[in-house]
Amino acid sequence: MIFLANFISLAEVTCKFGDTACPFPAPGAGIFVWKPLTSINLGITTIDITKPVILALISTVIVSVVFLLAFSRPKLVPTGIQNVVEVGYLFVRDNIAREIMGKDGDRFVPFLTSIFFFVWTMNVMAIIPVAQFPVTSKFAFPVVLAVIVWLIYMFLGMKNQGVVGYFKNIAFPPGMPIGIYPLLTPIELLSTIIIRPVTLAIRLFANMFAGHLLITVFTVSAWYLLNLSNFVGIVSVIGYLGSAVSFFVTIVLTGFEMFIQALQAFIFTLLTAVFISSSLHAEH
Amino acid sequence: MSILAEISGSLGSIGYGLAAIGPGVGIGIIFGNGVQAIARQPEAYGVIRQNMILGFALAEALALIGFVAPFVFGA
Repeated sequence: MIFLANFISLAEVTCKFGDTACPFPAPGAGIFVWKPLTSINLGITTIDITKPVILALISTVIVSVVFLLAFSRPKLVPTGIQNVVEVGYLFVRDNIAREIMGKDGDRFVPFLTSIFFFVWTMNVMAIIPVAQFPVTSKFAFPVVLAVIVWLIYMFLGMKNQGVVGYFKNIAFPPGMPIGIYPLLTPIELLSTIIIRPVTLAIRLFANMFAGHLLITVFTVSAWYLLNLSNFVGIVSVIGYLGSAVSFFVTIVLTGFEMFIQALQAFIFTLLTAVFISSSLHAEH
Repeated sequence: MSILAEISGSLGSIGYGLAAIGPGVGIGIIFGNGVQAIARQPEAYGVIRQNMILGFALAEALALIGFVAPFVFGA
Protein backbone atom coordinates (compact mmCIF):
# COMPACT_ATOMS: atom_id res chain seq x y z
CA MET A 1 0.00 0.00 0.00
CA ILE A 2 2.89 2.34 0.74
CA PHE A 3 4.14 1.60 -2.76
CA LEU A 4 0.78 2.58 -4.24
CA ALA A 5 0.52 5.69 -2.10
CA ASN A 6 3.82 6.89 -3.50
CA PHE A 7 2.30 6.79 -6.96
CA ILE A 8 0.36 9.90 -6.01
CA SER A 9 1.96 13.24 -6.73
CA LEU A 10 2.82 15.67 -3.98
CA ALA A 11 -0.09 18.01 -4.76
CA GLU A 12 -1.85 18.77 -1.50
CA VAL A 13 -5.45 17.65 -1.64
CA THR A 14 -7.27 18.32 1.59
CA CYS A 15 -10.81 18.34 0.22
CA LYS A 16 -13.07 15.41 0.95
CA PHE A 17 -16.11 14.59 -1.13
CA GLY A 18 -19.22 16.14 0.43
CA ASP A 19 -17.26 18.90 2.14
CA THR A 20 -19.19 21.95 0.94
CA ALA A 21 -16.97 24.55 2.60
CA CYS A 22 -13.97 23.52 0.54
CA PRO A 23 -12.52 26.05 -1.97
CA PHE A 24 -11.68 24.90 -5.49
CA PRO A 25 -8.42 22.91 -5.24
CA ALA A 26 -6.82 24.38 -8.36
CA PRO A 27 -4.04 22.09 -9.60
CA GLY A 28 -0.70 23.85 -9.94
CA ALA A 29 2.91 22.92 -10.51
CA GLY A 30 2.59 20.52 -7.54
CA ILE A 31 1.01 17.82 -9.68
CA PHE A 32 4.33 17.42 -11.48
CA VAL A 33 6.31 16.69 -8.31
CA TRP A 34 6.48 13.05 -7.28
CA LYS A 35 7.51 11.27 -4.12
CA PRO A 36 10.43 8.93 -4.77
CA LEU A 37 9.48 5.25 -4.70
CA THR A 38 13.01 4.27 -3.73
CA SER A 39 16.32 6.07 -3.57
CA ILE A 40 19.65 4.74 -4.77
CA ASN A 41 22.55 6.12 -2.74
CA LEU A 42 25.67 6.67 -4.80
CA GLY A 43 27.72 8.38 -2.12
CA ILE A 44 28.12 11.66 -4.03
CA THR A 45 24.44 11.97 -4.79
CA THR A 46 21.23 10.02 -4.44
CA ILE A 47 19.11 8.97 -7.39
CA ASP A 48 15.39 9.07 -6.67
CA ILE A 49 13.32 6.59 -8.64
CA THR A 50 9.99 8.32 -9.22
CA LYS A 51 6.99 7.50 -11.36
CA PRO A 52 8.23 9.51 -14.42
CA VAL A 53 11.52 7.56 -14.33
CA ILE A 54 9.65 4.26 -14.30
CA LEU A 55 7.38 5.42 -17.14
CA ALA A 56 10.45 6.47 -19.15
CA LEU A 57 11.98 3.02 -18.63
CA ILE A 58 8.70 1.39 -19.66
CA SER A 59 8.62 3.57 -22.80
CA THR A 60 12.17 2.50 -23.65
CA VAL A 61 11.25 -1.15 -23.24
CA ILE A 62 8.06 -0.78 -25.31
CA VAL A 63 9.85 0.93 -28.22
CA SER A 64 12.79 -1.51 -28.15
CA VAL A 65 10.62 -4.61 -27.96
CA VAL A 66 8.22 -3.48 -30.70
CA PHE A 67 11.07 -2.70 -33.09
CA LEU A 68 12.96 -5.90 -32.21
CA LEU A 69 9.82 -7.98 -32.79
CA ALA A 70 9.23 -6.27 -36.12
CA PHE A 71 12.74 -6.15 -37.55
CA SER A 72 14.83 -8.84 -35.84
CA ARG A 73 14.04 -11.22 -38.70
CA PRO A 74 12.83 -8.88 -41.48
CA LYS A 75 11.15 -10.44 -44.51
CA LEU A 76 11.00 -9.00 -48.00
CA VAL A 77 7.25 -9.40 -47.97
CA PRO A 78 6.32 -8.12 -44.51
CA THR A 79 3.77 -9.93 -42.38
CA GLY A 80 2.13 -9.20 -39.06
CA ILE A 81 3.82 -6.64 -36.82
CA GLN A 82 6.49 -5.84 -39.39
CA ASN A 83 3.72 -4.40 -41.60
CA VAL A 84 2.59 -2.01 -38.89
CA VAL A 85 6.01 -0.82 -37.77
CA GLU A 86 7.17 -0.43 -41.37
CA VAL A 87 4.41 2.13 -41.90
CA GLY A 88 5.85 4.18 -39.02
CA TYR A 89 9.39 3.82 -40.35
CA LEU A 90 8.33 4.85 -43.86
CA PHE A 91 6.45 7.83 -42.43
CA VAL A 92 9.63 9.13 -40.80
CA ARG A 93 11.70 8.40 -43.90
CA ASP A 94 9.38 9.95 -46.49
CA ASN A 95 7.83 12.80 -44.53
CA ILE A 96 10.77 13.91 -42.41
CA ALA A 97 14.17 12.65 -43.56
CA ARG A 98 13.77 12.75 -47.34
CA GLU A 99 11.56 15.84 -47.29
CA ILE A 100 14.19 17.86 -45.40
CA MET A 101 17.52 16.32 -46.41
CA GLY A 102 16.78 14.56 -49.68
CA LYS A 103 18.83 11.42 -50.36
CA ASP A 104 21.31 12.38 -47.61
CA GLY A 105 18.55 11.79 -45.11
CA ASP A 106 18.50 8.02 -45.52
CA ARG A 107 21.56 7.68 -43.26
CA PHE A 108 19.73 9.37 -40.40
CA VAL A 109 16.40 7.57 -40.65
CA PRO A 110 17.22 5.04 -37.86
CA PHE A 111 18.16 7.87 -35.47
CA LEU A 112 15.13 9.98 -36.40
CA THR A 113 12.81 6.98 -36.11
CA SER A 114 14.14 6.19 -32.63
CA ILE A 115 13.70 9.81 -31.53
CA PHE A 116 10.19 10.03 -32.99
CA PHE A 117 8.84 6.84 -31.44
CA PHE A 118 10.58 7.33 -28.10
CA VAL A 119 9.22 10.87 -27.71
CA TRP A 120 5.79 9.82 -28.90
CA THR A 121 5.61 6.89 -26.48
CA MET A 122 6.68 9.10 -23.59
CA ASN A 123 4.01 11.65 -24.59
CA VAL A 124 1.29 9.06 -24.97
CA MET A 125 1.84 7.96 -21.36
CA ALA A 126 -0.27 11.04 -20.53
CA ILE A 127 -3.52 9.36 -21.53
CA ILE A 128 -2.81 5.70 -20.74
CA PRO A 129 -4.87 4.69 -17.69
CA VAL A 130 -2.83 4.20 -14.48
CA ALA A 131 0.22 5.88 -16.06
CA GLN A 132 -1.55 9.15 -16.91
CA PHE A 133 1.53 11.29 -16.81
CA PRO A 134 3.44 12.64 -19.81
CA VAL A 135 7.06 11.80 -19.08
CA THR A 136 8.24 14.72 -21.20
CA SER A 137 6.49 17.18 -18.89
CA LYS A 138 9.41 16.67 -16.50
CA PHE A 139 11.94 19.15 -17.91
CA ALA A 140 14.92 16.81 -17.52
CA PHE A 141 13.72 14.36 -20.19
CA PRO A 142 13.39 16.84 -23.10
CA VAL A 143 16.65 18.48 -21.96
CA VAL A 144 18.57 15.22 -22.30
CA LEU A 145 17.04 14.57 -25.72
CA ALA A 146 17.86 18.12 -26.85
CA VAL A 147 21.46 17.76 -25.62
CA ILE A 148 21.83 14.54 -27.64
CA VAL A 149 20.50 16.31 -30.74
CA TRP A 150 22.78 19.28 -30.08
CA LEU A 151 25.88 17.08 -29.74
CA ILE A 152 25.01 15.26 -32.97
CA TYR A 153 24.44 18.30 -35.14
CA MET A 154 27.47 20.16 -33.74
CA PHE A 155 29.64 17.08 -34.35
CA LEU A 156 28.28 16.59 -37.87
CA GLY A 157 28.82 20.25 -38.67
CA MET A 158 32.45 20.15 -37.53
CA LYS A 159 33.01 16.86 -39.37
CA ASN A 160 31.50 18.00 -42.67
CA GLN A 161 32.61 21.64 -42.78
CA GLY A 162 35.74 21.55 -40.59
CA VAL A 163 35.92 22.97 -37.08
CA VAL A 164 36.89 26.46 -38.21
CA GLY A 165 34.75 26.31 -41.33
CA TYR A 166 31.64 25.35 -39.39
CA PHE A 167 31.85 28.27 -36.98
CA LYS A 168 32.80 30.58 -39.85
CA ASN A 169 29.74 29.47 -41.80
CA ILE A 170 27.51 30.02 -38.77
CA ALA A 171 28.93 33.42 -37.90
CA PHE A 172 29.39 34.78 -41.42
CA PRO A 173 26.76 33.44 -43.81
CA PRO A 174 28.03 34.34 -47.28
CA GLY A 175 26.27 36.70 -49.63
CA MET A 176 25.37 39.42 -47.15
CA PRO A 177 26.28 43.11 -47.43
CA ILE A 178 29.32 43.75 -45.22
CA GLY A 179 27.61 46.28 -42.99
CA ILE A 180 25.05 43.78 -41.72
CA TYR A 181 27.61 41.45 -40.12
CA PRO A 182 28.03 43.27 -36.77
CA LEU A 183 24.29 42.75 -36.29
CA LEU A 184 23.98 39.33 -37.88
CA THR A 185 26.98 37.50 -36.40
CA PRO A 186 25.96 37.60 -32.71
CA ILE A 187 22.37 36.70 -33.57
CA GLU A 188 23.39 33.77 -35.76
CA LEU A 189 25.89 32.42 -33.22
CA LEU A 190 23.41 32.74 -30.37
CA SER A 191 20.55 31.21 -32.29
CA THR A 192 22.49 28.23 -33.67
CA ILE A 193 24.45 27.30 -30.57
CA ILE A 194 22.16 28.23 -27.67
CA ILE A 195 18.61 29.09 -28.72
CA ARG A 196 18.13 26.02 -30.95
CA PRO A 197 18.54 23.32 -28.26
CA VAL A 198 16.86 25.45 -25.58
CA THR A 199 13.69 26.00 -27.61
CA LEU A 200 13.74 22.38 -28.76
CA ALA A 201 13.57 21.25 -25.12
CA ILE A 202 11.19 23.96 -23.94
CA ARG A 203 8.72 23.42 -26.77
CA LEU A 204 8.22 19.75 -25.99
CA PHE A 205 8.22 20.30 -22.23
CA ALA A 206 5.81 23.25 -22.32
CA ASN A 207 3.32 21.56 -24.63
CA MET A 208 3.12 18.45 -22.48
CA PHE A 209 3.11 20.46 -19.25
CA ALA A 210 0.26 22.66 -20.49
CA GLY A 211 -1.72 19.72 -21.83
CA HIS A 212 -1.46 17.71 -18.62
CA LEU A 213 -2.37 20.74 -16.51
CA LEU A 214 -5.39 21.47 -18.70
CA ILE A 215 -6.72 17.92 -18.45
CA THR A 216 -6.16 17.92 -14.68
CA VAL A 217 -7.97 21.25 -14.23
CA PHE A 218 -11.08 19.92 -15.96
CA THR A 219 -10.93 16.55 -14.20
CA VAL A 220 -10.68 18.24 -10.80
CA SER A 221 -13.44 20.66 -11.75
CA ALA A 222 -15.73 17.78 -12.75
CA TRP A 223 -15.16 16.27 -9.30
CA TYR A 224 -15.49 19.60 -7.51
CA LEU A 225 -18.71 20.65 -9.23
CA LEU A 226 -20.25 17.25 -8.46
CA ASN A 227 -19.26 18.02 -4.89
CA LEU A 228 -21.21 21.30 -5.14
CA SER A 229 -24.33 19.31 -5.98
CA ASN A 230 -24.49 18.41 -2.30
CA PHE A 231 -26.10 21.81 -1.85
CA VAL A 232 -29.87 22.10 -2.27
CA GLY A 233 -31.83 24.00 -4.91
CA ILE A 234 -30.39 25.85 -7.90
CA VAL A 235 -26.74 25.42 -6.82
CA SER A 236 -27.19 21.66 -7.00
CA VAL A 237 -28.51 21.88 -10.59
CA ILE A 238 -25.63 24.13 -11.59
CA GLY A 239 -23.26 21.68 -9.93
CA TYR A 240 -24.58 18.70 -11.89
CA LEU A 241 -24.58 20.65 -15.18
CA GLY A 242 -21.09 22.05 -14.64
CA SER A 243 -19.76 18.66 -13.66
CA ALA A 244 -21.20 17.05 -16.78
CA VAL A 245 -19.76 19.80 -18.98
CA SER A 246 -16.33 19.52 -17.34
CA PHE A 247 -16.35 15.76 -17.79
CA PHE A 248 -17.27 16.16 -21.45
CA VAL A 249 -14.50 18.75 -21.93
CA THR A 250 -12.04 16.34 -20.29
CA ILE A 251 -12.88 13.72 -22.90
CA VAL A 252 -12.63 16.21 -25.77
CA LEU A 253 -9.30 17.49 -24.44
CA THR A 254 -7.99 13.94 -24.16
CA GLY A 255 -8.68 13.50 -27.85
CA PHE A 256 -7.02 16.83 -28.59
CA GLU A 257 -4.02 15.83 -26.47
CA MET A 258 -3.61 12.65 -28.53
CA PHE A 259 -3.23 14.89 -31.58
CA ILE A 260 -0.81 17.24 -29.79
CA GLN A 261 1.34 14.34 -28.55
CA ALA A 262 1.85 13.01 -32.06
CA LEU A 263 2.35 16.54 -33.43
CA GLN A 264 5.00 17.42 -30.84
CA ALA A 265 6.91 14.20 -31.47
CA PHE A 266 6.71 15.01 -35.19
CA ILE A 267 7.91 18.60 -34.69
CA PHE A 268 10.77 17.47 -32.44
CA THR A 269 11.94 15.01 -35.11
CA LEU A 270 11.38 17.51 -37.92
CA LEU A 271 13.51 20.15 -36.19
CA THR A 272 16.20 17.55 -35.47
CA ALA A 273 16.25 16.78 -39.19
CA VAL A 274 16.45 20.49 -40.05
CA PHE A 275 19.37 21.03 -37.66
CA ILE A 276 21.24 18.00 -38.99
CA SER A 277 20.57 19.13 -42.54
CA SER A 278 22.01 22.59 -41.82
CA SER A 279 25.15 20.94 -40.42
CA LEU A 280 25.67 18.79 -43.50
CA HIS A 281 25.84 21.65 -45.94
CA ALA A 282 26.90 25.24 -45.41
CA GLU A 283 24.31 27.93 -45.99
CA HIS A 284 24.59 29.40 -49.46
CA MET B 1 4.43 58.74 -2.89
CA SER B 2 0.98 57.24 -2.94
CA ILE B 3 0.20 54.14 -4.95
CA LEU B 4 -1.90 54.96 -8.00
CA ALA B 5 -2.66 51.45 -9.18
CA GLU B 6 -2.02 47.98 -7.90
CA ILE B 7 -2.39 44.54 -9.43
CA SER B 8 -3.28 41.67 -7.18
CA GLY B 9 -3.96 38.04 -7.95
CA SER B 10 -2.18 36.02 -10.58
CA LEU B 11 0.28 38.21 -12.45
CA GLY B 12 1.36 35.18 -14.43
CA SER B 13 -1.95 34.98 -16.24
CA ILE B 14 -1.57 38.60 -17.39
CA GLY B 15 1.95 37.77 -18.53
CA TYR B 16 0.64 34.82 -20.50
CA GLY B 17 -2.01 37.01 -22.11
CA LEU B 18 0.66 39.45 -23.25
CA ALA B 19 2.95 36.65 -24.40
CA ALA B 20 0.17 35.14 -26.53
CA ILE B 21 -0.46 38.27 -28.64
CA GLY B 22 2.57 37.99 -30.92
CA PRO B 23 2.45 34.23 -31.52
CA GLY B 24 -1.32 34.49 -32.06
CA VAL B 25 -0.82 36.93 -34.91
CA GLY B 26 2.16 34.94 -36.20
CA ILE B 27 0.41 31.59 -36.25
CA GLY B 28 -2.57 33.18 -38.01
CA ILE B 29 -0.31 34.54 -40.73
CA ILE B 30 1.57 31.23 -41.07
CA PHE B 31 -1.52 29.07 -41.52
CA GLY B 32 -3.40 31.67 -43.56
CA ASN B 33 -0.59 31.93 -46.09
CA GLY B 34 0.05 28.20 -45.92
CA VAL B 35 -3.53 27.36 -46.84
CA GLN B 36 -3.42 29.96 -49.60
CA ALA B 37 -0.21 28.45 -50.95
CA ILE B 38 -1.72 24.96 -50.93
CA ALA B 39 -4.82 26.24 -52.72
CA ARG B 40 -2.69 27.85 -55.41
CA GLN B 41 -0.39 24.87 -55.87
CA PRO B 42 -1.88 21.68 -54.44
CA GLU B 43 0.94 19.49 -55.81
CA ALA B 44 3.44 21.26 -53.49
CA TYR B 45 1.38 20.21 -50.46
CA GLY B 46 4.19 18.16 -48.86
CA VAL B 47 6.82 20.90 -48.89
CA ILE B 48 4.37 23.60 -47.85
CA ARG B 49 3.05 21.56 -44.94
CA GLN B 50 6.58 20.89 -43.62
CA ASN B 51 7.50 24.55 -43.67
CA MET B 52 4.10 25.56 -42.27
CA ILE B 53 4.49 23.26 -39.27
CA LEU B 54 8.09 24.39 -38.81
CA GLY B 55 7.09 28.06 -38.70
CA PHE B 56 4.16 27.23 -36.46
CA ALA B 57 6.46 25.43 -34.01
CA LEU B 58 8.86 28.36 -33.86
CA ALA B 59 6.09 30.91 -33.26
CA GLU B 60 4.24 28.72 -30.79
CA ALA B 61 7.35 28.31 -28.63
CA LEU B 62 7.10 31.96 -27.54
CA ALA B 63 3.55 31.58 -26.27
CA LEU B 64 4.47 28.39 -24.44
CA ILE B 65 7.44 30.03 -22.75
CA GLY B 66 4.98 32.66 -21.54
CA PHE B 67 2.74 29.92 -20.20
CA VAL B 68 5.47 28.05 -18.38
CA ALA B 69 7.45 30.98 -16.97
CA PRO B 70 5.01 31.75 -14.10
CA PHE B 71 5.12 28.11 -12.98
CA VAL B 72 8.87 27.86 -13.21
CA PHE B 73 9.76 31.19 -11.56
CA GLY B 74 6.97 31.06 -8.99
CA ALA B 75 3.68 32.91 -9.13
